[in-house]
Amino acid sequence: MAKVIIWSSLKSHTGGESNLEIEAGNVKDLLARLGETYPGLQPQLKRGVSVSVDGIIFRDGWLTPLKPDSEVVLLPRMQGG
Amino acid sequence: MPLDNAESSTRKYKVVGTRPNRPDGVDKVTGRARFGADAVAPGQLVGLILRSPHPHAKIKGIDASKALKLAGVKAVVTSADLPDKTDGDAMLYDVLVNVMAREKALYQGHAVAAVAATSASIARQALKLIKVDYEILPHVTDVDEAMKPNAPLLYPKMITDGMDPKPKKPSNVVRRYEFGHGDVEAGFKKAEIIVERSFKTEATHQGYIEPHACLANVGPDGQGELWVCTQGHFMVRDTCARLLGMDFSKLRVTASEIGGGFGGKTTVFIEPIALALSRKANRPVKVVMSREEVFKATGPTSSSSIDVKIGATKDGRIVAGDATLRYQGGAFAGSPVEFGAMTAFAQYDLDNVRAVGFDVVCNRPKQAAYRAPGAPMANFAVESVIEELAHKVGMEPIDFRIKNAAREGTHSSYGPVYGPIGLLPTLQKAREHPHFKAPLGKNQGRGMACGFWFNFGGQSCVSMNIGVDGTVGVTVGSPDIGGSRASMCLMTAEELGIPYDKVRAVVADTGTLGYNDVTDGSRTTFATGMACIMAARDAIKKLCARAAQIWGIPEDAVVWENGHAKPAGSNAGNFPPMSLKEIAAQAPSTGGPIAGHHEFSADGAGVSFATHICDSEVDPETGFTKILRYTVLQDAGKAVHPSYVEGQFQGGAVQGIGWALNEEYIYGKDGRLQNAGFLDYRIPVCSDLPMIDTVILEIPNPGHPYGVRGVGETSIVPPLAAVANSVSAAVGVRMTELPISPPKLLAALEKQSAMKKAAE
Repeated sequence: MAKVIIWSSLKSHTGGESNLEIEAGNVKDLLARLGETYPGLQPQLKRGVSVSVDGIIFRDGWLTPLKPDSEVVLLPRMQGG
Repeated sequence: MPLDNAESSTRKYKVVGTRPNRPDGVDKVTGRARFGADAVAPGQLVGLILRSPHPHAKIKGIDASKALKLAGVKAVVTSADLPDKTDGDAMLYDVLVNVMAREKALYQGHAVAAVAATSASIARQALKLIKVDYEILPHVTDVDEAMKPNAPLLYPKMITDGMDPKPKKPSNVVRRYEFGHGDVEAGFKKAEIIVERSFKTEATHQGYIEPHACLANVGPDGQGELWVCTQGHFMVRDTCARLLGMDFSKLRVTASEIGGGFGGKTTVFIEPIALALSRKANRPVKVVMSREEVFKATGPTSSSSIDVKIGATKDGRIVAGDATLRYQGGAFAGSPVEFGAMTAFAQYDLDNVRAVGFDVVCNRPKQAAYRAPGAPMANFAVESVIEELAHKVGMEPIDFRIKNAAREGTHSSYGPVYGPIGLLPTLQKAREHPHFKAPLGKNQGRGMACGFWFNFGGQSCVSMNIGVDGTVGVTVGSPDIGGSRASMCLMTAEELGIPYDKVRAVVADTGTLGYNDVTDGSRTTFATGMACIMAARDAIKKLCARAAQIWGIPEDAVVWENGHAKPAGSNAGNFPPMSLKEIAAQAPSTGGPIAGHHEFSADGAGVSFATHICDSEVDPETGFTKILRYTVLQDAGKAVHPSYVEGQFQGGAVQGIGWALNEEYIYGKDGRLQNAGFLDYRIPVCSDLPMIDTVILEIPNPGHPYGVRGVGETSIVPPLAAVANSVSAAVGVRMTELPISPPKLLAALEKQSAMKKAAE
């Protein structure tokens, strides 16, 4: 199961937990299951997120495969200027 | 590594890393380059926009009947001509409301109506004839004032998101963010020295020289064309098409040359209005903003109010960092406070860290991205406290930073664990730099700061066509805002093994290529550059296949070396190498044109760090600050065109110096902007500055074949703090509010003098 870390102010939607475990083959599945398991996260997921998978930031690579021991950090959707 | 596109770091480059002349240089110095306002179309009309004089007012009615009767007026549009087609997309709805006010004008300068007429003078007369019935509402423009319980509310039903428990009363606070790890309170208990300060920064504008401009032309068949000055014409196409209910494919958008963007041209302002006017008038309509409109109605960055507390042990190890950041993003949700909170402590290796951000709305124009959006203000606050804490610990600030610097394996303050990063090398190089050892005189001070930015990749699509004369045309969809066409040519030439001057890159319209993300996030040299490399490799495969056909040997028996196809070995046949030019010359009779193509979404951009050193001198009589010397040290991964990399370093530093010393949005009590012009909003010019010295470090990014990292944004992150630390050192007073303008500095000096006298 991939380890998923959410930022602190989202903890209110996950029962106070910021470290979660989700079974998913890729980022797309992971985000879908995250939203299903914790419906309170849906508005943020809809607004947009980026993820870091094992230290590499992905803004759009939702088909990026996950290893069973991958660490996925949820981030606000990256913006730039 | 899950994403490793890097090749051998020992690769010897022939073209990449050189400094050829920029391909758009002659056009730009001779005036041949065509910018946003340079397009013309037969029968075009002049579009002008009526803007609210009030910072906050209910729009009770708009009467355009007299304007419409004026000879030469061909169309008037209001929000009624832009019905809501956003289908529940809250961010797009905000764009729609910002483009044209609906029930309320939310800031001075908010568009309320627009007119298209046969001349500018008629259009100006028509604007005067449009009567808007306003009910003036109380306003607020300061972020701290906007957060107070009795502040005028922009959205009376808005309840802050991200709070636990959820508030019961509405406020101007859109959302709360929190990032960090460890136990901050426990960390502070271990601290032997703590520094705690509060800071404020004012909104600054990106200050691009070219105002927004576009020429829209929508026909009665529903097909449209738009010529526009933008950082992302595909974004403009998709946004405008959605707002106007057009098919994406029916709207062809061409990006003009661009006179600066710096993030401010990553959204739409006038473009949907020009299209709506053109559609209604059935004529081409050109809209060009005045400088005053640019200041009042496009996006400056956020102003901010920040508290920072950092604790350390006596041996100089930071044990806890805590920050609360409040950013106003204008009249709409979406200030970049989350990026401020994420980046505030990103340069340090901390066990206990917390950063809380509040996104706040005010009666100001909707903020837009500005180079590393949100990061410079947070960095100013944290790096100011770091400098002060280092002195209290009794360490040189650079040694204190080195001791606590993030490195490979550090759990970053925003979540991920860092891979190979270049912060320590920039600090070590800074310590060795002659600037660091140069003597200082009276009223002079030295400051430094480290900064961080994420960078990202995004979608890019590139086509590459090889002419029968052996020259190569590269078609990209990323507007060139900082010399990217030269970089695309360099990488293409490197990969194909041909000279730089045999490659020309053009920025194509939206009908020519697949979607390309906006040129932002320091992404173009990284992502579109990688697409060029991949397109060249695609072309090479076809060149090798063509050579194999000509020689009558299998395709896999041909390799590409130094711009030539060669048999892979003696068994493949004894043929002399065939150059790209020789293969291309035979293309018409050996199968037709040869081209390469690549489309993808790039990730693995690699984070970026920089260290800046600043020397300044303060005149204690006038409060004037002169920057004496400034040095930027930054990791570029691999500098494709070192002069452009240096230019990005210098440009970011200069914009940051302006932010630190001069630039600010000044509002009167009436909520109106007092300095909407370059005379009163002072950006630094060459005569204000020393030559900005640069040091490029090259720590390859494993996410790019050549090791490239984006360099466009990180350079604006450290200057605010570097300058403030320098000035504070020069005068012996900690400066906590930006800009450090002469009146503010004199007030601080007078306060210090009064305190000294009182102590005597």
